[in-house]
Amino acid sequence: METNQYLELFIDESNEHLQSINDRLLELEKNPEDLTIVSEIFRSAHTLKGMAATMGYQDLANLTHQMENVLDGVRNEKIYVDSEMVDIVFDSMDDLEAMVLDISQGGAGERDVTKVVELLQAIELGEELGQKQKGLSSVEKAQTDRIMQIDEFTRTVLEQSKEQGLFNYSINVTLREDCMLKAARVYMVFEVLEQMGEVVVAQPSVEELENENFEDNFMVLFVSAQTSEETKAKIMKVSEIEAVDISNYQLSDKSVQQGSAEKNEISEDAGTSREKEEALPNNKQTANKTIRVNIDRLDILMNLFEELVIDRGRLEQISDELQHSDLQETVERMSRVSGDLQNIILTMRMVPIEQVFNRFPRMVRQLSRDLNKKIDLKIIGEDTELDRTVIDEIGDPLVHLIRNAIDHGIESPDEREMNGKQATGSIELKAYHSGNHVIIDITDDGGGINRDKVLQKALDNHVVTEEQAEKLSDPEVYELIMSSGFSTADTISDVSGRGVGLDVVKNTIESLGGTITINSQLSQGSVFSIQLPLTLSIISVMLVEVQKEKYAIPLSSIIETAIINKSDILRAHNKEVIDFRGSVVPLVFLKNVLEVPDELDEDGYYSIVMVRKGNKMAGLVVDSFIGQQEVVLKSLGEYLSGVFAISGATILGDGQVALILDVNALIK
Amino acid sequence: MIAESKTMKVIVFQLGREEYAIPVHQVGSIERVMHITRVPRTAPFVEGVINLRGVVTPIIDLRKRFGIENYASNDNTRIIIAAIENMDVGLIVDAANDVLDFEVDAIEPPPEVIDSVEAGYVSGVVKVEQRLFILLDLSKVLSVDEMKEIEEIED
Repeated sequence: METNQYLELFIDESNEHLQSINDRLLELEKNPEDLTIVSEIFRSAHTLKGMAATMGYQDLANLTHQMENVLDGVRNEKIYVDSEMVDIVFDSMDDLEAMVLDISQGGAGERDVTKVVELLQAIELGEELGQKQKGLSSVEKAQTDRIMQIDEFTRTVLEQSKEQGLFNYSINVTLREDCMLKAARVYMVFEVLEQMGEVVVAQPSVEELENENFEDNFMVLFVSAQTSEETKAKIMKVSEIEAVDISNYQLSDKSVQQGSAEKNEISEDAGTSREKEEALPNNKQTANKTIRVNIDRLDILMNLFEELVIDRGRLEQISDELQHSDLQETVERMSRVSGDLQNIILTMRMVPIEQVFNRFPRMVRQLSRDLNKKIDLKIIGEDTELDRTVIDEIGDPLVHLIRNAIDHGIESPDEREMNGKQATGSIELKAYHSGNHVIIDITDDGGGINRDKVLQKALDNHVVTEEQAEKLSDPEVYELIMSSGFSTADTISDVSGRGVGLDVVKNTIESLGGTITINSQLSQGSVFSIQLPLTLSIISVMLVEVQKEKYAIPLSSIIETAIINKSDILRAHNKEVIDFRGSVVPLVFLKNVLEVPDELDEDGYYSIVMVRKGNKMAGLVVDSFIGQQEVVLKSLGEYLSGVFAISGATILGDGQVALILDVNALIK
Repeated sequence: MIAESKTMKVIVFQLGREEYAIPVHQVGSIERVMHITRVPRTAPFVEGVINLRGVVTPIIDLRKRFGIENYASNDNTRIIIAAIENMDVGLIVDAANDVLDFEVDAIEPPPEVIDSVEAGYVSGVVKVEQRLFILLDLSKVLSVDEMKEIEEIED
């Protein structure tokens, strides 16, 4: 199909619009009076409808259209914003999202939306009924107002016709109830009208009239030189017409004002929609010069650059060996330039964490309703940038943690008030940079983690023995809740509490090269802190030699290196430890752990790389340090996945493969 | 494929004294022995990984895998890069000497004697003149399940 090339663009833009509608709806719920928000939602919905119709996704277009009607009602102050209305709009958003998802997965975007459509129509009609009760004249006025406000063009036409001495009529035609061919009658009425003048606007629209999408009356704005009596008489000649109601259409002062306000808004609307076709649908367009690039291309660029980094390493090595000054200078320059290039490519792949965060307000709103809790979600630092690969993975763990915070952390409003807290609980989601890492903190002011309860549960489930339990520090106890098969919630809700989740969260984060720590204070709240690397593809490592083999240790987990005398080694619990700056640190002999064949004679010293995992430390015993290097992280492949203590491989300057150690696995 | 052409192109290689064959479409390339980086704590027949033109590729020593003893590498030793189930894996063999066409009809089922758990990877034998070729089912040679089985036996 020829629309295929636009499909990707359509999906991207649809998602953007859906997201923006989501965000605005939440805002609207907080400020129901703010009609500018409604206009923004309306604009997004309108664009979405247009795009869907162009692409031929009829269900999507229909549902958006219904939504638009409701929003239009809100915009014209006929429908009032309450949580029920917002709920229904959110429901329809769910359907829209599902449809767009279906389309992106190659489906036709079809979905049974009759229920939601009915609900939307109910909102729309319900309010109109309310208006009708105020009396006939107000109905007329409301309806004419509505027509008048349809667009700027209409106004101009009406004004011009008035200047030319023509009459502006608003005609209300009612068909007989038993009329069989409504569309045909409408057509005849229109034909009669068109002989006498010009139909400017029809309500419902001509299209809907043709499809018999109306009850039994419709309205038109009509410009003509004929008198109203003549006009009426001619229309009445069409059979099966019950009544024709003609009134002069006047632009009252008030409506002129409204109209001009509308005019501004509409011209602005037209302006943005025109720009939208050229650039990103972003309100800050003028300041932002951006292009859309397919992420696959960026990946290819990254792969090519990785090859370059490998060759760069090789070149550096050769120039070191040759000691040729011109060559060395050139290679140095090249290294610098490629270093800059690396930074640029890496930042190109960076996306703001907003992409992940922006789905949470909705989720929190829904959950807090489901669980009858009051929750205020604060998001800080959503513009913090992370590599796309990390962003793709971090969503689910965060969902788990936030669900947990809401379900287990925040207490019910009654309980909170009893404990002297505000009824509304607060959850803070905060992202920030720290060195080569990004930290995401999820803070809640709920009940905190009950140390004793966790310990008891851990003992019941045989996660720890009683001896171990006595020695555990608070953070260590909290960490137990992330072991598999663990849930401290007394009742299992369908939100969380099945004991799966937190261990998955922990595994995911660790597989991303990150760590998660928990801090908590009983009845004060808890902080889950996630530390993630900025990027996963190029990392700084320390190359070491174990006997004749080379290994790479990620710099991020290294504290420092040391050379110690063998006589400094102490023994505790049959384990070799050293006293390192006042703390006792266990030694890990890589030679033994990695089963490296003996080839070298031992001397009187050990070279040690001090590494850490969380607040635990260990000293890795190696034979020599080679140096620090930026390397490209490569996977060992599916066939060798899950090798103990190895997180991947890299290709060194001499073309050989070096394995990258997974320090987390080495520290127990 | 079999229905259309009655022949099957295979790569023939040597392990110890026996000749083995694998379908040519499974073979990506044949490489000379290069530096292999050992990967600790893997099955004994996993020799390690190599840098195959920028891609880290695992290497299996088929001689160890099939329990053939006395495996010293020499000038004839080759690494056959085979693609199985979307994984590229290198196989160390004593020599890779030929590409042959087998008559599909000539492929006989594996003899009962060697049809034990160990030899599940033999999919058939072919006799051409005086030479006997053992046709391998590579997916079983590399199968992770079987690898685990072997590990368990060793444990």
